[in-house]
Amino acid sequence: MKIRIKFAKEGAMKFIGHLDMMRFFQKVMRRAQVDIRYSEGFSPHQIMSFAAPLGVGVTSRAEYVDIEVLSTDSSEKMLQRLNRVLTEGVEVLSYKRLPDHAAAAMSVVAAADYTIRFREGYEPEDWPDFVRGLDEFLRQDSILVLKKTKKGERSIDIRPWIYKLEKDISEDGINQLKIRVAAGSAANLKPELVIQAYMESRGQKLEEFALLIHRDEVYANRAETGKPDFCPLEQMGENIE
Amino acid sequence: MRKLALSDEILLSVQQPVRYIGGEVNMCIKNPSQVDIRFAMCFPDVYEIGMSHLGMQILYDMFNRRDDVYCERVFSPWTDLDKVMRQNQIPLFALESQDPVKDFDFLGITIQYEMCYTNILQVLDLSQIPLHGADRKDGDPIVIGGGPCAYNPEPLADFFDLFYIGEGETQYDTLFDLYKEIRKSGKSRRDFLEEAAKLPGIYVPMFYHVTYKEDGTIDSFLPNQDGIPKTISKELVQNLDDATYIADPIVPFIKVTQDRVVLEIQRGCIRGCRFCQAGNIYRPLREHSLEYLKNYARQMLNSTGHEEISLSSLSSSDYSCLKELVTFLIDEFHGKGVNISLPSLRIDAFSLDVMSKVQDVKKSSLTFAPEAGTQRLRDVINKGLTEEVILRGAAEAFHGGWNRVKLYFMLGLPTETVEDREGIALLAEKVAETFYDEIPKEKRHGRVQVLASSSFFVPKPFTPFQWAAMCTGEEFLQRAYTVKDKFKEMKNKKSLKYTYHDADVTVLEGVLARGDRRVAAVIEKAYEKGALYDSWTEYFHNHIWMEAFEECGVDIAFYTTRERSIDEVFPWDFIDAGVTKEFLKREWENAMKGQVTPNCRQQCSGCGARSYKGGVCFENPN
Repeated sequence: MKIRIKFAKEGAMKFIGHLDMMRFFQKVMRRAQVDIRYSEGFSPHQIMSFAAPLGVGVTSRAEYVDIEVLSTDSSEKMLQRLNRVLTEGVEVLSYKRLPDHAAAAMSVVAAADYTIRFREGYEPEDWPDFVRGLDEFLRQDSILVLKKTKKGERSIDIRPWIYKLEKDISEDGINQLKIRVAAGSAANLKPELVIQAYMESRGQKLEEFALLIHRDEVYANRAETGKPDFCPLEQMGENIE
Repeated sequence: MRKLALSDEILLSVQQPVRYIGGEVNMCIKNPSQVDIRFAMCFPDVYEIGMSHLGMQILYDMFNRRDDVYCERVFSPWTDLDKVMRQNQIPLFALESQDPVKDFDFLGITIQYEMCYTNILQVLDLSQIPLHGADRKDGDPIVIGGGPCAYNPEPLADFFDLFYIGEGETQYDTLFDLYKEIRKSGKSRRDFLEEAAKLPGIYVPMFYHVTYKEDGTIDSFLPNQDGIPKTISKELVQNLDDATYIADPIVPFIKVTQDRVVLEIQRGCIRGCRFCQAGNIYRPLREHSLEYLKNYARQMLNSTGHEEISLSSLSSSDYSCLKELVTFLIDEFHGKGVNISLPSLRIDAFSLDVMSKVQDVKKSSLTFAPEAGTQRLRDVINKGLTEEVILRGAAEAFHGGWNRVKLYFMLGLPTETVEDREGIALLAEKVAETFYDEIPKEKRHGRVQVLASSSFFVPKPFTPFQWAAMCTGEEFLQRAYTVKDKFKEMKNKKSLKYTYHDADVTVLEGVLARGDRRVAAVIEKAYEKGALYDSWTEYFHNHIWMEAFEECGVDIAFYTTRERSIDEVFPWDFIDAGVTKEFLKREWENAMKGQVTPNCRQQCSGCGARSYKGGVCFENPN
């Protein structure tokens, strides 16, 4: 039985790297005594795969891990069991059954939403102007950035990978940006790269540590061709009663 | 959300920020304002090493069972963060509350090896606590040292307020109660230390005075005021099952050296190897009951979710319920994706059988520790292992499918000759020959690999070899070259490999192990000159230490190569470690005669540990 788990990674947990997060969840499964399936062979490992790695320093309320189980409690009970053995900063948000033929989260990831704030002391002084320029920035046919590769630098067009970039104000009145960019194995765009390109187009420099980045959602694309039809990964599964 | 002591900017610019944020599963969370005693427990090395240490976790668990104590962890910041903290004057903090260590009541430092001494000074320095006990004031934490190196605390005496000698389970409750009482009555730091000095197992260096003879050896070592005991007896848990163990060990986010559940099956050792400090200071051997271990194994695996469990002790094959325990672990957990990691066991039919069940034979290797190359020298060091046993074990293992063998040796042992050194290569050669004799060509999967390695011998306090002279660094290397050359002559040299340890660091370890109070100045000088993480090869700079010795006028040879007379007063003689000096002398003499002493289960040798009224000494009524 395929299960998709959505979890949050916040607070100090943002310093935990992707590989350590995978190890963390393997132990979570054992602590919560999840009846997870193991691979065959001399050193069996849990059948478990993560959707999209999150960079160190980034927080998220939309991390996904797929597992296979032999048996399970209801979604509600499993949420309780999992959350009981977690630590501050990690919270399991949903536990859903996927159709048996469902592809692994990793292979269907197409886009991700982020909220971006400037850390205190790093905000652009001209915020109203700053956000006013966003539309024009996006109206360009192409946005070329230099990407460092092993062989040197290469110029790439990131415009097709930006689906949304707009100003926003948080509930507690803080200025922020909402962005949706391509994610996954086909094309993956780091949100900070967009901000950097935008700031450079205005003659500003993005300082190291200036951004606080938070992932809000990760999507699959249900449209086979043409205009994308984004669907949050968690909606591909059903709650278990 | 928990606050962090370091900013995002700092944490995102150092390696492994996870070392400094705490918050792991099973970390103890208390409200610091609701406890009477805040205890910072420190392992003076990097997080991954410190978090792998069992003793610290046992005490962390035990202290935090008290409602009035909050015990938190502190480790050495890695060199990158060390720089940042100095530049920005950020005080060293404990992982749990992220509060500065200087605001704690106690800073307890476990001292597991000599080469961490400069890291102790780093911890004090970064904590902004005066390095010298004499300079600390009422508001400063009481700095406590413990662990095996506390059995010769003298080189560190200046830097600590008190040392706890022996196993932590027994006296800390009394010490905490005393501290609360003294605080309540408004008395001073000195009042506390004076009262603490009267407790069993507690050594407060400031209340002792040392005088030296003209030749530099100790003339007298005496209390400098009334009511302070002349000798300090080590503390010991009589019945191990009475002590608590770690029900819910902390689960680090990052991979640490011991990334598994560790079950301590027994303490002490019956073997009596004459070079081994642990085998002497942890006497007598005491075992945990099978039931106790089964319960903790279940509980610890459940509460951590670790995928591996291992057993810890000095000589696991001597544990009387080993077969039952290992069978239990395999039956109960192996099917559930939990690996059973076996300690080095005596090679016999049983151990080979369980090993083949729990490890991949093709990938694992077998380990023997003959320690010396000839039977004569093995008798001198009282290492019971014979060539016949090694070769028979190897043969059985080769038939079982193994083809990798590791052999551990020491160089520079008392009475060692060229023959003993060459014997290392000859023994390795015989192991290789055994493979080719025993295993027919068609059944071999490649060539056998015999990896021999040698460390250099350091005489340690409270061993029969505490009188032994040590080699110079040059002599050590010469000896290693002899072995290396001999390996080149071997017929099967392509199947053999020989490596040896660093000699400079060994010499230094020798000075610190048997040093006295005069060595403290050298440690401090070396630290000032930048020595840190000396146990890490890439950070060990011998020249810094050599300059420090030179500038402090301390002679290395006095502590290492000097021949000690049998009646010399040693800096650690004021400690009663259970084994008597009479016994150690007898054993030193037996060693010189090449005479073997039977192990504790064969026959009692009257070492003195029987006075602790427990363990192996009382197994048999005779």
